[in-house]
Amino acid sequence: MSNMMTSLYNIRILDELAEKRTVIHNIHPLMKVLTTCLYLIVIVSFNKYELSGLLPLVFYPIIVIALADLPLVPLLKRMLIVLPLIIGIGLFNPLFDRSPMVVLPWIQLSGGWISFLAILLKGVLTILAALVLIATTGMTRIAAVLGMLRVPRIFILQLLLTYRYISVLIEEVGRTVRAYALRSRREKGVSFSDWGSLTGHLLLRTMERAQRVYHSMCCRGFAGEYHAGNTSKIRIEDILYFTGWGLYFVLVRFFNIPTAIGSLITGVVK
Amino acid sequence: MSHHIIQVNNLKYSYPGGRQALNGVNFQILHGESVGIVGANGAGKSTLLMHLVGVLFPDEGEIAVGEVPVIKKTLPLIRQSVGMVFQDPDDQLFMTTVYDDVAFGPRNYKLPEEEVEKRVRSALETVGILHLMDRLSYKLSGGEKRAAAIATVLAMKPDILVMDEPSSSLDPKSRRRLISLLRCFTHTKIIASHDLDMVLELCERTIIIQDGKVIIDGPTGEILANEELMEKCGLEMPLCLQGCPVCGTKKAK
Ligand SMILES: Nc1ncnc2c1ncn2[C@@H]1O[C@H](COP(=O)(O)OP(=O)(O)OP(=O)(O)O)[C@@H](O)[C@H]1O
Ligand SMILES: [Mg+2]
Repeated sequence: MSNMMTSLYNIRILDELAEKRTVIHNIHPLMKVLTTCLYLIVIVSFNKYELSGLLPLVFYPIIVIALADLPLVPLLKRMLIVLPLIIGIGLFNPLFDRSPMVVLPWIQLSGGWISFLAILLKGVLTILAALVLIATTGMTRIAAVLGMLRVPRIFILQLLLTYRYISVLIEEVGRTVRAYALRSRREKGVSFSDWGSLTGHLLLRTMERAQRVYHSMCCRGFAGEYHAGNTSKIRIEDILYFTGWGLYFVLVRFFNIPTAIGSLITGVVK
Repeated sequence: MSHHIIQVNNLKYSYPGGRQALNGVNFQILHGESVGIVGANGAGKSTLLMHLVGVLFPDEGEIAVGEVPVIKKTLPLIRQSVGMVFQDPDDQLFMTTVYDDVAFGPRNYKLPEEEVEKRVRSALETVGILHLMDRLSYKLSGGEKRAAAIATVLAMKPDILVMDEPSSSLDPKSRRRLISLLRCFTHTKIIASHDLDMVLELCERTIIIQDGKVIIDGPTGEILANEELMEKCGLEMPLCLQGCPVCGTKKAK
């Protein structure tokens, strides 16, 4: 039970992290969103056998996480939730595609394994990039940037309210399960016969709660648009951040750096 | 809208599912009045207050705030002048930090950021939680959340303040601060509460509600001191009007 409550306290950890003040946090949200978009586009543009070319892209999340002083464990935990899905997508590749291929000059694998690993790596990197963006920028500021980019309001609203609703939902789950645990004699978990009424009850409660939150937002003048407040001016550093990463991504996209280094080394050895 | 008369006519409302929560409520509240709404649990107080800000709409009857009827079309106008503190502060705090939560309202009205900050600070100061400004709002204690929820409404500078049990879960000092704060608030205020001593201190007029109906509407001092009436409505006289439990002497007021 205590376990459940502590993990509950962590659901909003991304919001919490977003309130930090580090070099990365101080960069203009617009530039961070653009960088992330470019990063995602570059990742997706690699074809399914290009494992080695992807490798240098690993540095982006690592460097940002280090500079933004983000704790790794919560980020990885969140990634674990999605991991089975990614593995599921790539699972059968190694079985069907057995033709041998070269990854790096000194490593050979079957095509299936390479494409599986490439899917895995792509999946992990895209999710990590999204998590890092949220943890360094915060959902409300991301929403403000999307507004700046002329994304239709309805989508932004959907995004924000879904994001809020999830935490409301999980909090209600926590409360209900706690109340249940205090009154049932079981040590752990919820008895099978109680699942039905408990989930039905939860659904009603969360809907009601979400509605009340929405009403109280409306009572304070909410008209479908979030105002994140101090949207600072874009500084030179912000533009440099974006162009710096942009150049790096483009470089990685068009030159296979690991292979180049590999052949350089083997060339020297010969 | 200089004169904020609140007019409630024959208000009827039943919740989906059939529970008739309001059963023909009538009253009129004049500009600058402060009115206490009391009644037993489930009497319909919260339901009534939610009609005043257009969260619920009546099945029958009508409400008007300063000549503007409370209907879907006029809600932006109504909500600019009526601020409501909900019964459950968790519903009112949905941003990450206390600051952002309090700033949410003013920002929606597109005030310049300096003005927003000024309002946030003064609202937090009035409820005495300026030091919690940068804390995460969902990690506050019950009373701190309550204070923050009140601040979110104060930052909007409403002309009419509607509060659903504002003093519940506040410690004695914060309660006292709230009372003196509300006393300084010269606009119209409507307070639903079980804290009858607070009602006695703050409101010159009291409306007792029972089973969705107005039982009596009149001067607070007379109503709350009427032991028989209070008993009938499932209430008790305010502590400060009851006899001293130790020596048995009646306190005069
Ligand atoms: N969401 C709801 N759905 C159905 N019935 C409701 C709902 N909310 C309240 N009621 C019913 O409406 C009646 C009035 O409720 P209301 O919340 O207005 O009471 P209250 O006077 O505020 O009580 P309290 O002092 O406990 O806050 C109650 O009988 C309650 O059971
Ligand atoms: Mg109530």
